[in-house]
Amino acid sequence: MEEKIIAAIIVSAIAFFSIYAFTPVWIKFLQKRNLAVKDVNKKGNIMIPRPGGISILLGIVASEITLYLFFPISEILAIIITSILGFSVGIIDDKKTMGGWFKPLALAFCAAPILLLGAYDSNLDFPLFGSVKIPSLYLALVVFMIPIMGNTINSIDVLNGIASGVTTIASFALAVSLFIMQNYEIGIACLCLAFASLAFYKYHKFPSRIFPGDSGAVMFGATYGVIAIVGQIEVIAAVAILPAVINSFLFLSSVKKIVEHREIKNPVKHTDDFKLKSTDENHAPITLVRLLIAKKPLSEKQICNEVLKLTVFSGVLAIITAFMMGVKIQ
Amino acid sequence: MNLKIYSFILVMWILMLIGGGLVVIFVGPFTFTPDIEPIITSGVKVIIALFLIFVWLFTLTKVKNWIFKSEVKS
Repeated sequence: MEEKIIAAIIVSAIAFFSIYAFTPVWIKFLQKRNLAVKDVNKKGNIMIPRPGGISILLGIVASEITLYLFFPISEILAIIITSILGFSVGIIDDKKTMGGWFKPLALAFCAAPILLLGAYDSNLDFPLFGSVKIPSLYLALVVFMIPIMGNTINSIDVLNGIASGVTTIASFALAVSLFIMQNYEIGIACLCLAFASLAFYKYHKFPSRIFPGDSGAVMFGATYGVIAIVGQIEVIAAVAILPAVINSFLFLSSVKKIVEHREIKNPVKHTDDFKLKSTDENHAPITLVRLLIAKKPLSEKQICNEVLKLTVFSGVLAIITAFMMGVKIQ
Repeated sequence: MNLKIYSFILVMWILMLIGGGLVVIFVGPFTFTPDIEPIITSGVKVIIALFLIFVWLFTLTKVKNWIFKSEVKS
């Protein structure tokens, strides 16, 4: 146990401080090369450096490799490779805008390391009722999990700090759940993601100094997804990230097809004091943000806080679910 | 408004717990006679799982429409 505590402290520190120290350097690098996009929710022509994915990649991979030196197990190797592949898919989308189907298809291939390394168990665990063995269905779940998580985090990355904030809260909830279920190695691996996203949140929160871009947001989702699979906590992972799942669900159920988010009508517009209000366009999709501002306009910061509070609520539900895993209804 | 979204999350969570129970109780142990190909059994399990997902999504769509319409009206 002592070795696990030491490993947890070391890798958490590496994840946090590498991103904390490297991101300002990366911001200057991007600014020098004019790699910035307009922050559409701010008055004036405020340009924000993008993408910050490389900074997130550095923190997650450095900490996970260190963890692999402590515990050389195939599950951690699967997390490292899948995270790198997730970043690669995102950076392609950052450099060149791809069609709506590119990311889901490419991210499905990112699940290959999990399958090739055999870093999964085909039992799907549910709270209260026990587990179910579904070998064929589970393979499909592994293949779908990475694209779903990658796109879920990417599609909630619409306002300052939401993607990194949601990932931070959900990852800490997931890490606590893994410790409750005594899956310590993967719990520590999840701490790497939690501290990496927390460090990035410092620069991404309102008012943002950097955007994660597709490379950062997709990597957050892919890493979260692979941890859910190798940690055998798929249901808990889905619960912890419910606000982001709701956002994707609302979007897909109103658009009724998979499209690149740049192709759709903006579901929000600005008031004179630059608060966000719901659009009157009938064909604009319903999203979590649009739902939050359906009644009255809110500032960007207020909306971010509301989304993070919702994530805390779902994080608590996830931890309750983890406790319920130990209880069986006969 | 916020209370409705928190309720939405709670409904999603409860539906996930119930859906999990149905999968464990009905889908997992489901088998035909031993002379039937396992792939057919898996196929039937997939269909049942997809049906459960459809019911889950249908219920959530109804809840979502109710929340959004009640908010727009108010």
